[in-house]
Amino acid sequence: MTRMNGSIGIVAAACLAATWGLTAQAQDDTIKVGVLHSLSGTMAISETTLKDTVLMLVEEQNKKGGVLGKQLEAVVVDPASDWPLFAEKARELIEKEKVDVVFGCWTSVSRKSVLPVFEELDSILFYPVQYEGEESSKNVFYTGAAPNQQAIPAVDYLMNEIGVERWVLAGTDYVYPRTTNKILEAYLTAKGVASEDIMINYTPFGHSDWQSIVAEIKQFGSTGKKTAVVSTINGDANVPFYKELGNQEISAEDIPVVAFSVGEEELSGIDTAPLVGHLAAWNYFMSVPSDANDEFIAAWHEFIGDEARVTNDPMEAHYIGFNMWVEAVNKAGTTEPSVVQDALIGVAVPNLTGGYSSMAPNHHITKPVLIGEIQDDGQFAVVWETPGLVLGDEWSDYLEGSRDLIADWRAPLSCGNYNVKTAKCSGQNY
Amino acid sequence: MSHAIRWILVVTFLQLLTAVAFAQEVDPRAATLSRLTERSFDVKERAIDELATYRDDVTRSILTAILAGELYYTKNSGQIVTTRASGGGLAAFDPLSGDEVGQFGKRDLRKITINNSLRSKLRGLLATFDLADPDPARRLAAVEEMIDGIDEETAGTLANLVESEPDDTVRTAMLRAIAMQSLVSGDRERQMKAVSVLEESLNPVIRGRLASVASSTDDPELRERAELGIKRIDSRLSMVRFAETVFFGLSAGSVLVLAAIGLAITFGVMGVINMAHGELIMLGAYTTYVVQQTMPASPGLALAASIPLAFLVSGLAGVAIERSVIRFLYGRPLETLLATFGVSLILQQAVRSIFSPLNRSVATPDWMSGSIQLNEALSLTMNRLTIIVFCLVVFAALSLVLRRTAIGLQVRAVSQNRDMARAMGVPSSRVDALTFGLGSGIAGIAGVALSQLTNVGPNLGQSYIIDSFMVVVFGGVGNLWGTLVGGMTLGVLNKFMEPWAGAVLAKIFILVLLILFIQKRPRGLFPQRGRAAES
Repeated sequence: MTRMNGSIGIVAAACLAATWGLTAQAQDDTIKVGVLHSLSGTMAISETTLKDTVLMLVEEQNKKGGVLGKQLEAVVVDPASDWPLFAEKARELIEKEKVDVVFGCWTSVSRKSVLPVFEELDSILFYPVQYEGEESSKNVFYTGAAPNQQAIPAVDYLMNEIGVERWVLAGTDYVYPRTTNKILEAYLTAKGVASEDIMINYTPFGHSDWQSIVAEIKQFGSTGKKTAVVSTINGDANVPFYKELGNQEISAEDIPVVAFSVGEEELSGIDTAPLVGHLAAWNYFMSVPSDANDEFIAAWHEFIGDEARVTNDPMEAHYIGFNMWVEAVNKAGTTEPSVVQDALIGVAVPNLTGGYSSMAPNHHITKPVLIGEIQDDGQFAVVWETPGLVLGDEWSDYLEGSRDLIADWRAPLSCGNYNVKTAKCSGQNY
Repeated sequence: MSHAIRWILVVTFLQLLTAVAFAQEVDPRAATLSRLTERSFDVKERAIDELATYRDDVTRSILTAILAGELYYTKNSGQIVTTRASGGGLAAFDPLSGDEVGQFGKRDLRKITINNSLRSKLRGLLATFDLADPDPARRLAAVEEMIDGIDEETAGTLANLVESEPDDTVRTAMLRAIAMQSLVSGDRERQMKAVSVLEESLNPVIRGRLASVASSTDDPELRERAELGIKRIDSRLSMVRFAETVFFGLSAGSVLVLAAIGLAITFGVMGVINMAHGELIMLGAYTTYVVQQTMPASPGLALAASIPLAFLVSGLAGVAIERSVIRFLYGRPLETLLATFGVSLILQQAVRSIFSPLNRSVATPDWMSGSIQLNEALSLTMNRLTIIVFCLVVFAALSLVLRRTAIGLQVRAVSQNRDMARAMGVPSSRVDALTFGLGSGIAGIAGVALSQLTNVGPNLGQSYIIDSFMVVVFGGVGNLWGTLVGGMTLGVLNKFMEPWAGAVLAKIFILVLLILFIQKRPRGLFPQRGRAAES
């Protein structure tokens, strides 16, 4: 029955999506920007906001006179949280709509699904979400955090500032948490944490009955050693998880939870009073005091027409990515993707935390890492930040297979998977 | 322009006011307080320590305000204030004198932020104020707050108080707190005595301290004694864990029963495969959200009011689906399945368009949050407990309706033999619509309960539809008791498997077990007997 549902779902979603695509009249004097975010299905909750962000950035750029003297035109499609559909929609954007750049994807599996399309058609994708690393494609620019820009600094903070000795790695059962936890486990072991002090737990998507897992965490944390939970639990499942923590009266002072997928947007759906003090690691918080951020928030509120809407980290990533693309196009004097790809490397634009982010040859960017504590108004208060900017590390230094790999997309190397020991480029970029 | 001048005037006036206040009486705490505006948490911690040396109600209220995040400083003068909502803005008060400082907008004030270590420090400091409280419950809370980080000085204070303590529970807690300190005192005799006091407790913090002493001490005799103590605690804990798992299982089961019980009527009694059942649950949850929006001040009342409303909303939606789609498809299960699946997609996208794809927040009333502490290691969470009771009430009410009312009789008649019922004058198509409405309405009520446990979002229903069918098939189609027993059994089974198999595998095991079970007994736990079973 489930299998049948799946295929029916795809057909139905495809029909909906087909009617959805906003294919405005094609004009020769505009530059087309593709937006590939799910507007229906399970991921709509997170991705709709990002579609609006890109639309806002396009509108603002047009007010400033567009790019290369031409107006920008956003082409929005709805891949409907359906991974194979992502690939189809990407092809539609590039081949049929002839967009010069695409901003899109949220889940790693959707990115993996569109990757071959972007490589085949040699276009550009800006990917704005924190992910597990272990990838560097010529056609993808990763503006979200790699594990060393989020997970590793968070663990460092807990270990050095809070004195945590016992670790629960809890995650949703899919590729991002599994890879991140593999990296974290290797990192913790390298730091001398014994294997009996690490507990790893996976739950299905949308898990809502956390009673026994929270009880287990409570028990794991009652050995007299300071315990913390590192959570890669995705999206929806977080709310019942935190509710259960509150109900079983585990406070952030007893067992702090540091989350990599919980931001302002996720918290806007819940009463945060019982969560005060739990942590999140990001490269941007809405509460960061900086002029660029104040301007961005004001613009966002005006665009969306709702003062209550929040901003979050992936929105900042799109902000950085979009401005990098504009800058690179201006530098190159053309929107031809293959030229812009080269021009993007080395471009530096202001981020929203008061500094500059630049695009490195491995197609990852430099960002500060912030640790914030949840407040009762649904915002985060920054309690710690890295002293300088951190560059995204595409191939983790803590995993056996990827330790010796680097990516460098500048000529003459032009390789996403170069082994520095054997001096060979395998060509396998993901 | 004039706006700016007015502001300057207000600010100067304020500064004058504070200057006057200072001239009258300079509280030595004022300087300490002003250090709280610094960004460094170390500076704040030292300031808080200094404040705590003044032991009066003013200090206590300041510390409470910091902990509650109610202490602010003004953006332009940096003065520390507490606030109260007044008119459109906030009325600010000087925390030391209690005098009103002026009116401020939200953006003119900055909150004094604290982190987790400051939070626990503040709780510990506030506990020392509560030790002399006349209310034994507050004294107990204060002592329990101290247990973890107790030092020699506090232990000495407690030792003085323990003699005069009238309440037995508080005295036991005090003795244990003192023993926690003795345990690390280094004095062998005191340590041994401390272990025998502490092994009576089930508190996880105490067990943790014993474990860390057992692993770190060089004294073999003490280690042996501590390990024995841990063993004694663990043997009592295992009983507690068992009870806890059963409770978890029953609560998981009651959620399954609630989700499935409406389906037991539409699928079980009427034989309609309704793939939109989950969305009817979702409609109930959204009804709760809407009702709560209309009365934000009293979430408890709103929750109670949503129960009949959700029944109506989902029930009417159910009748509409039956009249417009399902009645044309009776006896064609595959078409019904496809059509209702379409309906479920339409409902999901409709909700997404009306309420946005974001999850909605449904507040939990106070009496449903927190937990009842049965003993130090076992507490039952209130929301789960309420839902178990609610599930049983809904079940009882539904059985009564089916057994004792005219409509119940007609429903049973039509489901057992449609032609015969019609021959006897039962208007079968009206009964069909009402039955489907009843089942859908119950789904709506389940939605009210689920809004307290999980996300209220467009995908709410999807996550329960498969489970619901599982329960009904396992319990036996057409049998309400089967649904109750089936749901509870699956819940408890799942919770006993989860600790050693993990949440993902436990679900798979349950499915495999269910398939094997259906092979053996195709009609479920409680098969229908008699003529109805043959049709």
